[in-house]
Amino acid sequence: MGIEGIGARVARKEDKRFITGLGRYVDDMVVPGMKHAVFVRSPHAHAAIKGIDATAAKAMPGVIDVLTGPELKADGIGNLICGWMIHSKDGSPMKMGAWSPLAVDRVRYVGEAVAIVVAETRNQARDAAEAVEVSYEEMPAVTDAARALDAGAPQLHPEAEGNLIYDWEIGEAAAVDEALAKAAHVTRLKLVNNRLVPNAMEPRAALGHYDMAEDHFTLWTTSQNPHVARLVMSAFYNVAPENKLRVIAPDVGGGFGSKIYIYPEEIVCLWASKRTGVPVKWTADRTESFMCDAHGRDHHTEVALGFDADNRMVALKVDTIANFGAYMSLFSSAVPTYLYATLLSGQYVIPKIHCNVRAVYTNTAPVDAYRGAGRPEATYVLERTVETAARELGISPAELRRRNFIREFPYQTPVIMNYDAGDYEASLDAAMRAADYDGFPARREEAKKRGKLRGIGMSCYIEACGIAPSQAVGSLGAGVGLWESAEVRVNAAGTIEVLTGSHSHGQGHETTFAQVVASRFGVPLDQVSIVHGDTDKVQMGMGTYGSRSGAVGASAIVKALDKVEAKAKKIAAHLLEADEGDIVIENGEAKVAGTDKSLPWAQVALAAYTAHNLPEGMEPGLKETSFYDPTNFTFPAGCYIAEVEVDPETGHTDIVQFVAADDFGNIINPLIVEGQVHGGLAQGIGQALLEGCHYDPASGQLVTASYMDYTMPRAGDLPSFKVSTTNTPCPGNPLGVKGCGEAGAIGSPPAIINAITDAIGTNALDMPATPQKVWAAMK
Amino acid sequence: MAEISMTVNGRKVTGTVEDRTLLVHFLRENLGLTGTHVGCDTSQCGACVVHLDGKAVKSCTMLAAQASGSEVTTIEGLAQGAELHPVQAAFREHHGLQCGFCTPGMIMAAVDMINRHPEGLDEKTVRAELEGNLCRCTGYHNIVKAVLAAAEAMGGKAVKAA
Repeated sequence: MGIEGIGARVARKEDKRFITGLGRYVDDMVVPGMKHAVFVRSPHAHAAIKGIDATAAKAMPGVIDVLTGPELKADGIGNLICGWMIHSKDGSPMKMGAWSPLAVDRVRYVGEAVAIVVAETRNQARDAAEAVEVSYEEMPAVTDAARALDAGAPQLHPEAEGNLIYDWEIGEAAAVDEALAKAAHVTRLKLVNNRLVPNAMEPRAALGHYDMAEDHFTLWTTSQNPHVARLVMSAFYNVAPENKLRVIAPDVGGGFGSKIYIYPEEIVCLWASKRTGVPVKWTADRTESFMCDAHGRDHHTEVALGFDADNRMVALKVDTIANFGAYMSLFSSAVPTYLYATLLSGQYVIPKIHCNVRAVYTNTAPVDAYRGAGRPEATYVLERTVETAARELGISPAELRRRNFIREFPYQTPVIMNYDAGDYEASLDAAMRAADYDGFPARREEAKKRGKLRGIGMSCYIEACGIAPSQAVGSLGAGVGLWESAEVRVNAAGTIEVLTGSHSHGQGHETTFAQVVASRFGVPLDQVSIVHGDTDKVQMGMGTYGSRSGAVGASAIVKALDKVEAKAKKIAAHLLEADEGDIVIENGEAKVAGTDKSLPWAQVALAAYTAHNLPEGMEPGLKETSFYDPTNFTFPAGCYIAEVEVDPETGHTDIVQFVAADDFGNIINPLIVEGQVHGGLAQGIGQALLEGCHYDPASGQLVTASYMDYTMPRAGDLPSFKVSTTNTPCPGNPLGVKGCGEAGAIGSPPAIINAITDAIGTNALDMPATPQKVWAAMK
Repeated sequence: MAEISMTVNGRKVTGTVEDRTLLVHFLRENLGLTGTHVGCDTSQCGACVVHLDGKAVKSCTMLAAQASGSEVTTIEGLAQGAELHPVQAAFREHHGLQCGFCTPGMIMAAVDMINRHPEGLDEKTVRAELEGNLCRCTGYHNIVKAVLAAAEAMGGKAVKAA
């Protein structure tokens, strides 16, 4: 592995600019003539727009223009779409309601954009936005998905009768019902997966610049996937053809899914730049982020898990209602279907599984993928149910899991997924050792003497990363392919640039990808640069989400490296008058194996570009491209164990220990992988204990719209984590990697709730387990 | 409008700003010091922390005019030329940052914290003292580690490892 290569704990190359304040985020960008935009937003959850009067606003100091929905539609800007087609079980396509980037005649959630004000300064734009008079006729609103399905509930879209977007199923309902009827024991639960707000620390921002002379647009945006943004804005929103639109996602301050989607504001800033003739910058304030960024989770689920007399699982039945908010966000439809129901087998042999999902419109912000996306919801359903079953059956939670683990691979689940590799017992054992599981009863006794209720809970999660292959996801309804691209450019003096379609917004690609390259040729890490996030520099790529950058993005780099290496060997063989098969490239040299003949790497590169002496017929240059389409998902898995103490007087939960044992396959940089786990755990623990997005059910107002109201995990809320890894290399990609970005958020919520319910002795507890809820559950 | 002057990272600066201009916007927009970030508007996240006359303040929560006459240090002024401040170095060494957005405020808050605790820091104190700074990426684990390591490097007494 070397000190800089694959497997080394290398400190990050990109850190220098961030720790010195020299990172460049969208809001830091200034272009000549740039003006500032503020959006006029709906204060109502549901209302008809009767008219907009911007006369007074347009007359205010510094105001350049105020633009509204009808003008946007008149210019032919398209509606926002959901890019994954799901069919209901009756065969009908999902019911997508129209979503204009600026509302035209109706608003359906608090914060929906109604008009854009462009002014010389942000304060002037803000003042003028206050002066735009919109007359609304309020309509009744519904925020709860189950209530939205009731007869007589307020209706959101004419396209979706009864607010039902789809009624989808996977598996054989009758066979599952029959198996449950015959089961020796059935554990049943009703669970709520609480709605979350992603809250990347950098608020979304967009700077749209229309160049009249070239009839060309540039968009700087907070995006996890700038090429997808360009494609969608060109092909569906009619902003500009792809060759006339450059999208740049510079340093981006966290995403967690929320920056995958193409939002109204990006589209409107580009359009407004053309309309006003000035570059237009908008940066969300935090309340706009709360109101308008795509939210996560929000499921109501009923689950039944049947066991035979030997405590082996026989069937699983899941019925879920998923709240989609007021409009279908870009990938929303895939989250509670192919990213959720397909993971319900978890780490277990469950012969029969049926899952039904109803997707529902409500007067709330759109809901889409948030760190984990469907997999945390599946894990929460399964792992709370398994733990509950163990308590009901009077068997230890570890033993019940062990008895049902999948042990032979590949394993075909009843819900599409084909697990390629894993060793679930290994991660369970590692976690139990690290947690000193056997010592828990003594710790519980000791806590009791101090008046505290101590509990322990585990969660054995599976996730599917690097969603693939393109043909398969296409057959399931995806509107895009899910490959990744890479271009490896060896410069004439031997330094290397890698242009990747992945996008780093905290993941550390500039380091890990460089480690992959440095390992291959034995060149120093600082001679390798990673370029990403600019559609003018990088060829089409699919971006970063679903823990795909290692398994898919880095694999694309490996494939391009293979081609570079093959050509470099040919050149070296020619120059060294040796057989191509005898050339080895390592430690920065091309060598003839078994001899002392060698050439420095830089000389091979130079020879490729001087082209004075290349093999007959070879093109000059040393630069190769790859488009890598994986053959399967990857399947990270692991075991998390939480130990908590609950204060019976107050219901307050203290996490006294949190252990994570993850199998991510091979690891490129352990330092970065651990950091990804820590961050995921914090978000999962945040969901379990603190975070909950709340709309007032009567008015549809967002009650948790700032950090004064929505509880973000702070340093004092969390412990230091005990993390470790086990390794079954992924057989499906050249690096043997699986992906680590989401595991923490997937596996931790049920571990925490299982620990609390163990401490307080009741299973009836929903997230977030605030002191009030825990205290009430104990009564 | 207000005429203001202050010393920022050792340089005298002056400006004419609207009365309502916040210090953070004066730094970012008038001086182009974009390392100081705005993350929340409600004085909760700490991405905007700078030092005012040697003490950590949230620059989104004071007017630029209130800072007139003061000495301001931002993240850009923390390193001595090419030599990183020990807190900056510790954040890098211990992977105390991911997306980097909260990092300038975290580092400025950490420097202030270490200065206020010459007796040394332990994990519990660091976690409590970070109450005013939000990070969504790191889970704080490595930030805590970095602050403890920096405190030790800066001459604090023996500290407990995170």
